[in-house]
Order: sequence, then structure tokens, then C-alpha cells
Amino acid sequence: MGISDILNRTHVAWMDAQGPESDIVISSRVRLARNLRAIPFPHLLNEKTGAQVIAQVNQALKTSKNNISRGLVLVPFNQLSSLDRSVLVEKHLISPEHAGNPLPYRGVVVNDEGSLAIMVNEEDHLRIQCVLSGLQLNQANKYAELADDSLEESLDYAFDEKHGYLTSCPTNVGTGMRASVMLHLPAVAITNQTNTVIQSITQLGLTVRGMYGEGTEATGRLYQVSNQVTLGQSEEDIINNLWTVVIQIVEQERHLRERLLKEMRYQVEDRVLRSYGILTNARMVSSTEALSLLSDVRMGIDMRILPEVNRQVLNELLVAIMPSHLQKAFGEEMEPMQRDIRRAEIIKQKLNLK
Amino acid sequence: MYCDECKQRPATVHITQFYNGKKVEMHLCGECSAQKGPHILQFGGGFFDGGFTLPKLLGGFFGGGAPVAGKAPLAGQVGVHVCPGCGMSFNEFTQVGRLGCGECYATFENEIDPILRRIHGNYRHLGKVPTRSGGKFKLQKTIDDLKAQLQAAIGNEQYEKAAELRDRIKELEKQKSNYQGRG
Ligand SMILES: [Zn+2]
Ligand SMILES: [Zn+2]
Repeated sequence: MGISDILNRTHVAWMDAQGPESDIVISSRVRLARNLRAIPFPHLLNEKTGAQVIAQVNQALKTSKNNISRGLVLVPFNQLSSLDRSVLVEKHLISPEHAGNPLPYRGVVVNDEGSLAIMVNEEDHLRIQCVLSGLQLNQANKYAELADDSLEESLDYAFDEKHGYLTSCPTNVGTGMRASVMLHLPAVAITNQTNTVIQSITQLGLTVRGMYGEGTEATGRLYQVSNQVTLGQSEEDIINNLWTVVIQIVEQERHLRERLLKEMRYQVEDRVLRSYGILTNARMVSSTEALSLLSDVRMGIDMRILPEVNRQVLNELLVAIMPSHLQKAFGEEMEPMQRDIRRAEIIKQKLNLK
Repeated sequence: MYCDECKQRPATVHITQFYNGKKVEMHLCGECSAQKGPHILQFGGGFFDGGFTLPKLLGGFFGGGAPVAGKAPLAGQVGVHVCPGCGMSFNEFTQVGRLGCGECYATFENEIDPILRRIHGNYRHLGKVPTRSGGKFKLQKTIDDLKAQLQAAIGNEQYEKAAELRDRIKELEKQKSNYQGRG
């Protein structure tokens, strides 16, 4: 199948809507930063030394005994158009920074399900990432560790016993692990609890960020919570700490939704049904507006104000409405207005609630 | 106190955020906080890193502003203290915010460990050890664990257990020196 299949379809593993708490926890991610011994970190690479990294990774993929990584292909950036790279960004498989600087010795490895994505020569030589649906931090961790082990069969990592896995930026050294979850928190946002929640999360040494947009709102009320500390804690501790906090946030969100239904039923129903009305009737929708209306609809389905729908469709819509996915789907470059029209079409088609 | 954002209405919402022990305070009026609330999250956005940049952090460590060539603590030794692995100086690191290679960590250990302690509250790795290149490291980790158990045993006056642990540690130390003998 290879990468072209991933590029030509919307769906990747994290959109499955399968794991625990998958109504509120959209996805779980674990990424491990790894570097090769005796080769300078990526920001000091040139074409020659960069090619050494590529060659070593290719060799590791080829000779791996473990079928987690065996047979996977490293696709260098000179074989990926800028549209394709930004499709991978919109799918949350590579970072915007990686996509934005297509050095010939940069590249990406993606498995068929899109659950494993390895960025090569981003900030570190390897960024091994596993992204799964729902609250599956343990599974994502196991998967990432297995991929790491299988590469390590033939790669010599930069490691010292005191500092752990050595990374380009000291904020990642040690485990090299960043574990994160993407959460949908509409009730927290509607009831103005966002600041309180953020405050308590950051005080626990975790980081919260809005998923989309630099504007005035965390668009779509989608938040990312991740660990900050990578040194002096074991991988299991990092995962468990994050899991514990996430479960509490999920409970808080559920509790607030119940209260909303009890105390503001008409306002909530009105909001959900209006948003649904717009999405199923509008001729043009911007991505920001779509994300925010889709958040209402998702909440409405969770609260049984709207009929049940396959959650996978909702997750896919988050990505299908993004500019590069629209362009890929319709095979043409579009003006923003044309995109808004296409976006409205796609949403109407996918959101065909009975 | 007036709102940091509109500078017109009185500030009623006081937000304190902590990033790596660094406190960031914001004082907002009700309206601006409602608007800005989720915006406070926007540290670069997206799923990936980029929440903060190291030069900025380092700026904080070295007393305000981005470190400038010639002003970092080791500036006097520029050109003297250079990593044998990549040729980078510590001064360059403070400007770029990135180390040059794995060897930099050992080369600049004295300078970097305090920074690591500030970022992570710690400068000792406790996690996974690579299996292939890590035989020796694995051993050391086991030894460290046993030493901790030994301390606990002594603390609890479990002298028999302590003696056992001491023997085991001695054994492993011997194994480790074999490893080192082989390079
Ligand atoms: Zn204000
Ligand atoms: Zn170096």
C-alpha cells in the first residue's frame, strides 16, 4: 500500500473512535525522540551527513526482525509534494515545522494504518510516534516502544546513563517521551471553566494547548494535554500521571454536561440544533466556523439531543474539511471561497443524520 | 488594577500559569477573559512541540533577554570549551537553543546539568535503557536500584537483607568492570 494510500484517503487509525472514553478523548499519542550516535543532530546536518541518517534508518527498516517496522518505507521529502506534506500535517502525522522545511534528507515513515509515523531528521534524527484513538496511552506507549526496540536492533542510539536518550533540545532529554491526548471539552468551555481547568493542569506539570488556530478561541474546543518533564521520570510514570489527570478532566466534562442539561436544557438544545441547522444547510463554511459548529454537533450527539452517528465520521470530518484535504479530494487548487463551498458540500454529505 | 487586554475595565480574573516552574500572570476583565480564555492556551498551537523555545528559556536562566554572544557565562572561554563531537561551543548552544550532538551532554555537563534541573527538576534519567548498546547501562541501572534498596534496608534495620543486597551489588560491579574491560 505505502504512503500514497494514506495520502489519498482521509482515514487514519486515530479516527477509529474505538478506544475508552472516545466520546471525549479523541486520540492518544506517544512520541519518542531518538538520535544516532556519532552523527550531529539534524540542525547541524548537511546533505552528506543527512544522507547517512537516511541510509541507517533504511537499513534498520529493511533488516528489522519485528514486523512492526519491517517492510516500512522511508519516504524522503524530495518525493513528497508540499501538498502531500501538508496533508500529513492535517492528519497529525508530521509537524508543521517538519513539513515546512523540505530538506532532501528529511523524510517520514508511516505504516498502513497511520498509527505509526516516524519523522526523520526533524528536530531529532528520529521522532517515533504512535497515535491511537480514544484514551489508549498505554497501548500507544507499548506500540511506540516496540517500534523503538525494533529500530534499535540495528541502530546505535545516542544515550548516556545519566542523561538518558540524548536529544537536540534539552527539554526532551531522558526518556525523549512526549505523551499527549486530544480532548473535546465543550462543556468546560461553555461554562467558562477553561481557565480553572488549565490552571490545575499546568500546576501538575502538564501542558495544555488549543489544537487549532491562533485566533481568539481554541477552535472546535479541542485541547491537547501533554507531559512537560522528560528527565527523571520513567515512561510508565509519565503515562500514568497523564492518564490520571485526563480521567479527571473527562469526569469534569461529563459532570458539567449533566449540569448543562439539568439547568440550561433549552439553551443547550437551541445551540446544538442551530449549529446542526447551519451545517446541514449552509452553502459556504470556513474551517474555523465548521470546527466550532461541529463541536456543538458532537456534543449534541453525546448528549442525545441529536441521533447517534458513527463517531468515526465526526473524527474524519475534523481533517476532511482542512484546506489541503479539500484540495487533494477535489484535485484542484482553490480560492478560499471555493474551499468554503466544497467544505459545506462535504459536511452536508457526511453529516446526513437520520 | 485594569485589564491587561483592553486596559479599560477593571481586572477581575487573575490567571496564573506555570511553565516549568516559571510563573506567568495575567489580569483580565470578565469580558476579555471570556474572549481570551481558550486563547491563553495558544502557545503555538497544534499537536507538536513548540510550546516554548529554549533560547527564551535560557534567556530566563541567564538573567533576562536572549543570550547575546559575549555575554553568556562561559563567554570568556569561547573557542576553548568546544565539543569534540560536533565543534559546538556552549556559547553557541545558548544562542541556538539546540545542542550539536550526543557528546555535547558530557562535554558541557557542568553547564547543562543546572539547566536540566531547572527544566525537569532533575538531571538523572530514570527510564528506558537501549537493549543493544545498553548492556552496561542496564547493569548500572540494576546496581543503582539495588543500592537504593540497600539504603532502605539499612534504614529499616533489615541487616540480613542488607547483607544480601551488598553481595549482589558486589557481583554486579564485577560484571560491569568486565564490560568496561571490553570497552
Ligand atoms: Zn478587558
Ligand atoms: Zn557536540
